[in-house]
Amino acid sequence: MGEMSNQGLQPGGMGIDLSQFFEVFFEEAYENLASYESLLLDTNLDGPDDEALNAIFRAAHSIKGGSATFGFVDVAELTHELETLLDLARKRELQLSTEMIDCLLASGDALRAQLKRHQDGGTGEPTPIAHLISDLRRHATGQRQSAPDNHTSAAIPSVTLPRQILKDGERTITIRLGPIPAGFDVQNLLNLFDEIPGMGKATFAPSDDPTSEEFRDLNVVTASTNGELIDLFTFYIDRDKVTIMEAPLGANPATNSMPVDLGFGLFEELPMATTESVTTNIEASTSHSSPAPIVATPAKVEKPAAAAESTTLRVSVEKIDQLINLVGELVITQAMLAQKALALDPNQHNGVVAGLTDLERNTRDLQDSVMGIRMIPMSFVFNRFPRMLRDLAAKLGKKVELKTSGEATELDKGLIEKITDPLTHLVRNSVDHGIESQADRAAAGKTAHGTITLSARHQGGSIVIEVRDDGRGLNRQRILEKAAEKGIPVSDHMSDQEVWQLIFAPGFSTADVVTDVSGRGVGMDVVKRNITSLGGTVELDSSPGQGTRVSVRLPLTLAIMDGMSVGVGGEVYILPLASVVETFQADQSKLKSLADQGKVVQVRDEYLPVRNLAAIFDVPTIRAQSDRAIMVIVEAEGRRSALIVDELIGQHQVVVKNLEANYRKVDGIAGATILGDGRVGLILDIGFLVTY
Amino acid sequence: MLSILAVDDSPSIRQMVSFTLKSAGYSVIEAADGTEGLAKAKEKAVNLVLTDQNMPLMDGITLVKNLRGLPMYATTPILILTTESSDDMKAKGRAAGATGWLVKPFDPVRLVEIVKKVIR
Repeated sequence: MGEMSNQGLQPGGMGIDLSQFFEVFFEEAYENLASYESLLLDTNLDGPDDEALNAIFRAAHSIKGGSATFGFVDVAELTHELETLLDLARKRELQLSTEMIDCLLASGDALRAQLKRHQDGGTGEPTPIAHLISDLRRHATGQRQSAPDNHTSAAIPSVTLPRQILKDGERTITIRLGPIPAGFDVQNLLNLFDEIPGMGKATFAPSDDPTSEEFRDLNVVTASTNGELIDLFTFYIDRDKVTIMEAPLGANPATNSMPVDLGFGLFEELPMATTESVTTNIEASTSHSSPAPIVATPAKVEKPAAAAESTTLRVSVEKIDQLINLVGELVITQAMLAQKALALDPNQHNGVVAGLTDLERNTRDLQDSVMGIRMIPMSFVFNRFPRMLRDLAAKLGKKVELKTSGEATELDKGLIEKITDPLTHLVRNSVDHGIESQADRAAAGKTAHGTITLSARHQGGSIVIEVRDDGRGLNRQRILEKAAEKGIPVSDHMSDQEVWQLIFAPGFSTADVVTDVSGRGVGMDVVKRNITSLGGTVELDSSPGQGTRVSVRLPLTLAIMDGMSVGVGGEVYILPLASVVETFQADQSKLKSLADQGKVVQVRDEYLPVRNLAAIFDVPTIRAQSDRAIMVIVEAEGRRSALIVDELIGQHQVVVKNLEANYRKVDGIAGATILGDGRVGLILDIGFLVTY
Repeated sequence: MLSILAVDDSPSIRQMVSFTLKSAGYSVIEAADGTEGLAKAKEKAVNLVLTDQNMPLMDGITLVKNLRGLPMYATTPILILTTESSDDMKAKGRAAGATGWLVKPFDPVRLVEIVKKVIR
């Protein structure tokens, strides 16, 4: 069971396995952490908002409560310290400083690592938290001395059970062990205290009866929490055989009644308190005879909060993916049926044809709904940037403000995961290379803080994500010089658009100084490649002194694609519709050969390179003798090509199957799909073809 | 069947409490904060209220005060789940009219024991 403590995990007679709640707890803890972090980042140190401070406290408090309940002791330990500090902050007994916020954020990172580790089964190195704990304590105590030393602020809530403070955090408690299992030597437990420094001291209590084979009592002077003691003990003896009693039993002779764990109490005697009751624990109220209504005015009816919780359901991603696969199969089956039905006489098979039309519509609707399940808002990606920017800006000595819009724009979960790294890289680049130093900005008459704007919006069947900065912009001249240096063919007549595309070339970097933030300029080509592999495109726009805008356009999902099917010989290939510009027929005579670039075709006033699919994929063409070529103009990565095909078959949605998972990576092929007639159709990688 | 209203802003704790009590044969109504708890308590009288202290919108103590202001909850047992067991906290709970408190963390077995003790 790894690092997880036994605490709270003993099923006892109930047979309740707490691990069934772990997943919900982790999800919840991550959500709490995310809001903890974003609230901290928004904290205005000069005049923090009461509600925000409370919310930060509650986030830490919630994680602590859950982690303690579910037995993640290290998480509880750290959140306990966070809670102590945050409690002082929300009570205004302590003023938050930048240093504290840094420490609180670092603790948040450590918590995330701890949670991740537990989620992965508790293996691997535990996250070091000792330095954080000592920092948090220092912040909490250092500041408190100036605050009025009232007693309540000193009574730091305990992680587990109430403790009775002796001096320097030490307290005396009695631990009753038993019934003692046969062959168990209590002395072993006493020895533990000698072996482990800092555990405290243990002796047999005055109430201990050395001859008893049932119960033994230990007096322990310790600064450890009950949870820590129990953790330790339960390595040697079952949890239900350890009872911690706060007050030493030495004073009063041991009674026969089993002492009940602390941590529970009643404000008054129960009407029919039984003899086996909680004598040591009930705090009888002296002034109260009945729980008389305290509130004089009738309770104000408050509007119930929207019960969003009850209307959502957490489902594993595997289940959804299975559903998507099944729907994909259904779409294929439906397409096959539709094709078979073409052979039927509509007059004779009226009902069948009408039914198939309905099936097609329902299948499409079902597919849309199922794909919708996987859609998650862009805020999942955007939310990580405030923190990153803060750290980056601090490291670079710049001031950067982040603006976001369109966080609610939804995108397929798989794409969200894959786009996170490229976006992170783009944002880093903007801060590092785009935004100028404060001095440079002042000299250029700009505001001291730079602004980075992240936005997302739907456009047609795509999502467009933009990273915009108001920095120095790209330097056309320097890019050209650098490209020439690298041996990339350039000319002064290149359009800006073409010049900007140069920075996506492998190994290209224009930064005068390579920084540890953006690395050695190996980034942009990788960014571009990653986005292209997702079926997306990257565009750059820049004006000197005004800033740079990078637009990333992505399909909404990777699983389904609008495609155009074309025939070449006996084969059917699918072109992603998003990259198809137009189709036309051209006389063979319009195709001109160039010395070293193959053939080109003139389309209006532009010459486009010609790619003959039959030649590229080495399939026999059926139109070799024809004097008119059917051509499809495709565009990717800012370049266009005209593809020669034998026939245009049609447009339809295809369910994308990964070729690498089922076969291996093939250059020029982005994936595969199953056609209506059951054959496999290959989906072409346009990015490859235009550079072929 | 005896019914229990469980109020906690943490879904995992709520699920755990709810599952435990249902396994022990009680019917459980869940609420995510004091406001929702109060609304659900008014909809249908329950035999016991278990509430967390720290919650958004309305905390546990305020919920207890509000419930005690309703004739139908004048004598219903109400337990406050709390991570603090300071005297201050107890005084507040007592003043609000809570029946007792239960310190977090607790295990399912203990929870059922205590519920059995106070529910009527």
